[in-house]
Parts: sequence; structure tokens; C-alpha cells
Amino acid sequence: MVILLSVLILALLVIVIVQIGKVTELAAAIRGEEDAQRESDYWNSRLGVAFMVLFLAATIISAIYYKNWMLGFGPHEAASEHGISVDSMFAITLFFTGIVFVITHIALFWFAYKYRYNPNRKAIFNAHDNRLEIIWTIVPAIVMAVLVIYGLDAWNKVMSDVGPDEDFIELEATGMQFSWLLRYPGEDGELGARDYRKIDGTNPLGQVWEETANLDDFHPSDIVLPVDNKVRVRITARDVLHNFYLPHFRVKMDAVPGMPTYFVFTPTKTTEQYREELKKYPEYRVPEDPDDPDGPEKWETFDYELACAELCGNGHFSMKKTVRIVTEEEYQEWLKEQKSYYLSNIRNSENDPFAGELLSFEVETGINTFTTTYELLSSMDDEALKDLPADDLTESILLDRFFLPEKDELGEVSLGALDQVVEYLNEMPQLRVRLEPESDNQELNYNRMLSVENYLSSRGIKKERIVRPDVEEVDAEI
Amino acid sequence: MSTEIQQINTDELIEKYGHDDHFHELEHEEHDKYQSNFISHYIFSMDHKMISKQFLITGMFWAIIGGAMSLIFRMQLGFPEESLAWLQPILGKWIVVNEAGIGTLSPDFYYALVTMHGTILVFFVLTAGLSGTFSNLLIPLQVGARDMASPFMNMLSYWFFFLAGVVMFFSLFVSTGPFMGGWVAYPPLSALEQASSGSGVGMTLWLVSLALFVVSILLGGINYISTVINMRTKGLNMWRLPLTIWAFLITAVIGLLSFPVLFSGFLLLIFDRSFGTSFYLSEIFIGGEALDHVGGSPILYQHLFWFLGHPEVYIIVLPAFGIVSEVLSVHSRKPIFGYKAMVFSILAIAFLSFLVWAHHMFMAGINPFIAMIFVIFTLIIAVPSAVKVFNWIATLYGGNIRFNSASLFGIGFVSMFISGGLTGIFLGNSAIDIQMHDTYFVVAHFHIVMGVAAFFGMYAGIYHWFPKMYSRFMNETLGKIHFWVTLVGAYVIFWPMHYLGIAGVPRRYYSFDNFDTFNEFATMNQVITVAALIVFAAQLIFVVNFFYSIWKGREMKVQNPWGATTLEWTTPIKNIHGNWPGKIPTVHRWCYDYSKDEDSDTDYVPQVVPLAEGEKTDGAH
Repeated sequence: MVILLSVLILALLVIVIVQIGKVTELAAAIRGEEDAQRESDYWNSRLGVAFMVLFLAATIISAIYYKNWMLGFGPHEAASEHGISVDSMFAITLFFTGIVFVITHIALFWFAYKYRYNPNRKAIFNAHDNRLEIIWTIVPAIVMAVLVIYGLDAWNKVMSDVGPDEDFIELEATGMQFSWLLRYPGEDGELGARDYRKIDGTNPLGQVWEETANLDDFHPSDIVLPVDNKVRVRITARDVLHNFYLPHFRVKMDAVPGMPTYFVFTPTKTTEQYREELKKYPEYRVPEDPDDPDGPEKWETFDYELACAELCGNGHFSMKKTVRIVTEEEYQEWLKEQKSYYLSNIRNSENDPFAGELLSFEVETGINTFTTTYELLSSMDDEALKDLPADDLTESILLDRFFLPEKDELGEVSLGALDQVVEYLNEMPQLRVRLEPESDNQELNYNRMLSVENYLSSRGIKKERIVRPDVEEVDAEI
Repeated sequence: MSTEIQQINTDELIEKYGHDDHFHELEHEEHDKYQSNFISHYIFSMDHKMISKQFLITGMFWAIIGGAMSLIFRMQLGFPEESLAWLQPILGKWIVVNEAGIGTLSPDFYYALVTMHGTILVFFVLTAGLSGTFSNLLIPLQVGARDMASPFMNMLSYWFFFLAGVVMFFSLFVSTGPFMGGWVAYPPLSALEQASSGSGVGMTLWLVSLALFVVSILLGGINYISTVINMRTKGLNMWRLPLTIWAFLITAVIGLLSFPVLFSGFLLLIFDRSFGTSFYLSEIFIGGEALDHVGGSPILYQHLFWFLGHPEVYIIVLPAFGIVSEVLSVHSRKPIFGYKAMVFSILAIAFLSFLVWAHHMFMAGINPFIAMIFVIFTLIIAVPSAVKVFNWIATLYGGNIRFNSASLFGIGFVSMFISGGLTGIFLGNSAIDIQMHDTYFVVAHFHIVMGVAAFFGMYAGIYHWFPKMYSRFMNETLGKIHFWVTLVGAYVIFWPMHYLGIAGVPRRYYSFDNFDTFNEFATMNQVITVAALIVFAAQLIFVVNFFYSIWKGREMKVQNPWGATTLEWTTPIKNIHGNWPGKIPTVHRWCYDYSKDEDSDTDYVPQVVPLAEGEKTDGAH
């Protein structure tokens, strides 16, 4: 039915067009072709001018109407340091091209109107004019030179990589069909090596777990970055081409499988600051959801977004991540909440090459508070130390962290950590160490305590500087 | 429209000064073996004028298909909530109808439509349809030759194009869909079957089709070049060639130099797809397995593709340059302003077109230093382009302009070329391209400058040379309606896309719902879609006008209805094989002697008219 109707409509349309054609042809023949041509010249030359005026007006009015969406105008100033130069290049180019656009259009349609056919006149024969032609070769050449110079200057600044001694935050984004996988380097500041052959359900990036730099890397669900810090994004892809696109930061770079790329930028506005900017514009002070007038307004729900800008398959349009720019303090706070992917998903699973072994950073968590306290106390002078109560000069180490589950022998890694404790105790004679068990198994606790105590003693630490917690009960039982 | 044009009897002049090559004597002995029956006349024709019509009508067929495809995906973008269930009879499973009866275009097919729209329009319509039509029609006619250097290769050129079309058409009906990875077909998406459902059989057919297409272009191009170089008639030196011929010649040269590179790029892609090589593939994990390919680079493909791809846009737009130069000059009764500058700017653009390809790849991960070189050359291209625009405008200045469909489309072309060319200056500057790359700004830019502008050039050419092709005129009123609706409509479609791009909206998005940043422009997308529907309908006016006029159009009663100087208007009203019934014309002057002599009755001097005593030509007065 639909097809039949469409065919009928189409046939009708054809008939109408043909009829218009016939009628006008007849009319022209009756009136004389000469007259018809004069009339056509009259109307079409005027239509041209009318078009030109309306077109130029429409471009200018629409540009003003959409001003608040343009780069560098309204609330849409770049939210990154280099973005400002992109925006200003845009503005400079818009200025020059705008002038040319308006002038050439006026000339084009005005000449067409002014020199429409007149049977009593002949066209002038000017085949060329060297002076004019030299002018309109050289002037564009100069303008282009200016744009090239400004443009390349900006480009070089934008694209330069981080210097060898520069501080920056590194972040890795990996595109896959159809999402982004994010990775931060963790405390060591180093992204661990990857091997695409190791990718599987539990190891989405193919991280090589044998390499210790991988062990503290974490995979957040969104990008969080501190404001005013240089960021270097390492960009790569797992399957096909993708493109890491942050529209608000003027960041865009292809993600290429097998060839990591990068983009360095410095966010300059926190998400909150950007929202405050938007709040100044009435178009953002409307409810986000038109059906819910009491709901949050647009500016309140604003978030920076990460998108894909290289066609990557049928889900290309859905590769979104949220980007949050926060203050330095909020960032540190957030960092603390992040847990290493290895520890939360791989540790002691069948894929863990270190299963059945203690890892130095795990052991170190047993002496972290001890180290902190030592550092704090060592910054005080001896007089002040003297006045401190004994309790304040005692700090715990966490016993269980030195042992494999259900074991009470000290391994090499644990001895290394205890050596660190010995060193602190030797440095500061006032300091005492408390052994803190965490297990429910009292017997195990006792044996572990003995192991540690014996080792510390063997390194020359006097018994009275080693505090046994609740040992008496344990002793009694045994 | 034609009666006022004072006719000059060129037949006599040709008989008097022309060159007798005894062409028609042979004919009498063995009849006309080239056009003796239906098949040799209409199907496997070796006559350049017939082949030109074949290219044109095939191009129109593809333009309608490619255009209709864009309407379907524009419906999705403009009215994503509206049901497309009514398209199910045509598109079948690609329209997913839910329980409530609401039909949605599947993302797979959305991307297939986008990809096919690009491929068809760029290669089949604007390359073969434009250059194939007018190079074939005009080169022999305007250089004063009986036919192409090799009519047989010329015929093959069309049939390879036809075959390419057949293969591409088949790919539309494959159950896994045609190729859907964008017309640029970047690997690994195009190389791996697992990456998208169109990357299997669909992509294989796509590659086969385009390989055939490259063969067609090369066969045609060799012919165009040798005809222009070797078969110019007596007196027609290179500096007397119409700009159309210059444009077609340089277009063919560019094609000959760049299409083989594309072909080699495709060849490596075929190896990667079928024979396990790793030219473009490295370290890929897809479909749950890690592939063996290592060491390749997808960027290599992009270099090979764009080494064709950028010259390709000039392959598309240069013929339009030539046609518009000719049409504006004829209808404003003036010599084209700065003929030599026009030729040199075509040469400069052609040369530079080979040095700018990586501006499509600023954000692809190439070395930023390399990008700088491409920025410089890209912006230099603006200079010869600007010279051309100024010269077209200067051609109108002081003219005596006849407004008809051809000249209107010529003027419209200049407007489009200005608008689209200027936005290229934004994109060519790598710093701005960081933000603009792969957004709607790019879509707006290239659609205006090489899509709409090239179409305008083609329309100008069709309205202008239709009488030469079919000995009849197209209807002027319909032509003018066609022009004004298309001019205004095309701007309504593409101008707002600049704002989308400036706001950061990426191209090739099936839906904007996922992103707050991109989801602000529902109304604009609706306006664009409605305008696209209207503009498409206006093209149907053209199609009807075209076919109606072939049989029923107003007859051409005089040899030279526009009062043009070039040789094609010295041939008989009804085309014949061999173009001229007797001798071939000798040329005595360049082709832009319009309004030269203020005292003369006529305002043009055909190229076959000998110089009067003391008269200067070739631009001198």
C-alpha cells in the first residue's frame, strides 16, 4: 500500500513538473523568446541580490545566535591551557575569512545584477589586468603566511611532549569496541608493561603481572584530574582505530592499535568552576529534564565528557566517559580511594604469578604507620622528645603482614621490612616497637610474634624496646 | 533565448580553411561499422558523445540512490523518535520494529548508508559522472578531433565503471550488509571481519568494485590525456585551449598519478584481509582472541588512501572549475578574466594537491613536525584558489550577462566555492583542526566545497551542453526553480552544520543521546533534515526535466544557440559520428574572443574565423 501510494505520488509529481514545463515553454513561445529572456534576466538578477542580502544577513544573525556555542565565546572557552590558543586561532581565521566571505559575495551578486543583459550595450573586453592579478595573488599569500605562522606557533606549543624533568600526571586511555579503558600508574608513577596476547576476561589491558610496575596500577571508571596540573594521556587501542576526544579541553588524538600516541594538556577549570560559568547564561538555567521542572538545572548537571571521534563500528556513538576536574585536595582524596586492579582482581588468583609469595609493598603496609611516626618524631629535637610520654614513643607494626597465610616463618621480603624497622630503632633510641597481631588464631599470633621478636633481637634490639600486646594471656594458655 | 544570437556561418569557414583527413570517405566503403546497429550504437558504443551520455545517465542513477540514502540517515538524525516502520518493505531487517510498532533504523545500517552515500557520491557520481561525462563530450569536440585517441579503450572505461557499479549494487543486498566502516575504509575496521558486520563480504565487494573503478579511471584518463596532447586540430596550441580542456587534462593527469596509489593501498588491504599479512595490523585483540598480526601500521593505509584522497577532491572539483569558467565567460559575453592565471592556478592546485594529503591525518598520530609541512602547503593552496575566485568575479564585471539555468548554476558554484573554500582555511590549520577534525564542521566544509559546488558545476555544464548532446533544450523555468531551491536549500542544509562542528559535535554519530555536550541541537537537526528532503525533491524536478527534454524539449534550430566561440558549436545540430561532416576545422584564435570588436554586429568571434588583418588574439586587444 505504502509503495503503491508513493508510486502514485511520484507519478503525480512528474506530471505536474512536465505540465509546468509545457506551459512555460508555450508562454515563452507566445510572448517571444527574446522577451522571455529579458524578463528572466530582470527577475533572476534581482533574485540574486535578494539572495545575497538575505544570505549574508542569515549567516551573521545565525552566527550571533549560536555565539554562545562557538569556540572561545560565551561559556565555551577552552577549559585547558593550550585550548586558549586553539580558540584564538579560530577567532583570527574567522576574522580574515569573514571579510573575504562578505566582500566576494557582495561583488559576485552585485556584478551579476549590475551587468545583466542589455541589448544596447556590449560587454567590455578586458581579458586580464596584471596589476590587479598580482594584487589578489599577493594579498591572500600574505594573509595565509600570517595564519601559517600563528597556527604553527600554536601547534608546536600544543603538541610538544613533556620535558624530562617536568612534573606531570600520567594517564592511559585504551579504546575498545565500544568503551574506554582507563589506567592510572598508581603510587610508583609508572604504567606497567602490556602484552596484547595476555588480554583476557580478567586482564582487559593485557598487563604483564610479572612486572611490578603493573601491580599498583588502577583502573577507574571515570577520568579524575586535579586542576592546573599537566596531564599526559597515553592513548592506545585494543582492536580498531578510536579517537580520544575531550571537546571542552580541545583534545583530540587517534587511538591506534600497536602504536601508542599521546596528548599533553593542562586543565584550567574544575568541573565546579565550569558549572558556575554556565550558570551565568540563561540557556543553562533551565531544568535538565523538561518534564521535571523542579529537577536540577542544566548547569548543575554539567560534566566534561570523553567521546570517540573516529568511526570504530556500530557502537561508535556510545563511547562515553565522564571527566571530573577537581582541586588538588579532592584529587588526593580520590587517589586514596582507588585500589590497584591487581590487588582487587588478580592477587592470589590463578593468574597471579606471585601467588604464594609475599610482595614487598604488601609487607610495607605493615610498617607504614611505624615509618610515619618515626619521620614525625625525628623531626623533633631531643628536648621535646624527652617530654613525651612513653606511649607516644611507641608505634605498632602489623604482624600478619609479614607472613603468608597460616605460616609463621619470615621470608626474605619480610626480613627486608624488619631491617628497616631495626634501622629506625637504631637511629632513635627513645623509640619502641609494638607488635600488633590481627589474626583470630591466638597460637598463630604467638608464634609469629616470637619469630619477629627473635629476629629483632638477633639484630641487636633490646627486649624492653619490643612491646608485646596481650601476650600474657597467650603465654598463660600455652 | 537563442534567436537574438547572430549566427556566423562556420561551415563555410571550415570547408575553406579546414583540414581534410578523408575520414568520411572510408565510411562510404564499409558503412559506419561503429554505429550500424542498436548494440554498437547505444550499448557498446565507441562514440565519445554516446559514452558521455552513458556516464551521465549512470551517474544520475547513482546520484539518486546515494541521495536517497542520505535522506534515510538524515531521518534518523533529525527525527530519531519517529517510526521508520514504513521503510520496512524496502529495507527489511535493517528496520527494527518493536512491539509497539515503532521502527528504528539499526545502527549497522545507519553506518552502511553513511558509508555507501560517501563512496557512491565521491567515486560514482562526482568522479565518473562529472569528469566521465564532460571529458568525453567536450575533449574531442573542443580540440577538433573526430573522436578519442582510442575509442575502444574509451568504451572499456565506461564498461569497467558499469561493472564496478554492478558489484557495488550487489553489495547492498548482502545479508551481512554492505561495507559500513566509512568511505575512507580505514583498517583495522575494514580489515577484520570481526570488527563489523559489513567488514566481511560487504567489504570484499567494496574492494572489488573500487578496483574495477580504478581500471575505468585509468583507461579513461590515458585517453583524455593523449587526445588533448596529440589530437588538437591545426592552430589549436595549448594556450588557445578552452579552460574546460585544461581542467579535464589536468584532472586526468592527477587521476593517473594518484589512483594507482590507492590501488596499491587496496592491494595491501586485500593481502591483510585474505592472506594473513600485517601491513596495516598490529597487536589486535578482537572477538575474544589475540590476532597474530604484529608490526603493521594502520597509518600506512591512511597515507596511501589520502595520497589519492586529497587529489581526488581536485579530480572532482577541477572539471567544475573548467565548466564554470567556460559557462560564465560565454553567458557574460566576456573573455574569461586572466586566462593564463586561470591555467597556472589549475597547474599550481594540481601540483600542490599531491603535497597536502596528510592534512586529513593531523590527529591520526603522525609526527607533529611532519604536520607542519602539510599545514604550509595546505594554506598555500588557498592562494591559487583565491585567484580563481577573483577571476570569476572579474569575468562578470562589465559583462552583458544572460541569466539562464547554466549561468545561474555557474554563479551559484562560485558562491559555494567561496563558502566551502574559506572553511578549508580553518581546517588546514592544524591547531584549529585539533578541535574541528571529524566534527560536523568538516562535513559542512567538504559537502559545500566539493559536493554542492561540484554538483553546481555539473548542472551548469548539463544545462549548457544539453543542446549539444540531444539537439534540444531543457526547460528553463524548471531549471531556474531547480537552481533557486537547490541554492537556498543546500545552504540551509550545510550552513548550520558549521555551528554543530564548532560546538564540537562529532560526525558519524548514530545518535547524540549519550552525550549532553552533543545533544543540544535537536531543532537544528530537524531543520537540516527537512531541507534535505526538499532539496532532494528539487533534484527530481531536474531529472524529470532532463528525460522529458531528451524527447520533448524545445528543439535546437540553430547551430550555435549560445553564441559561443568554441569548436563544438561548429558541428551539425544533429550529432554525427566523426563530429564534422566534412573537413575538420582549423583554429585561428583563442576561444575567448567575446565582445572584442565594438563595431561588429556579433559579440563573439568563433575560433574558426581567420584573423583580420592586423588583428591580435589570445587575449591581446
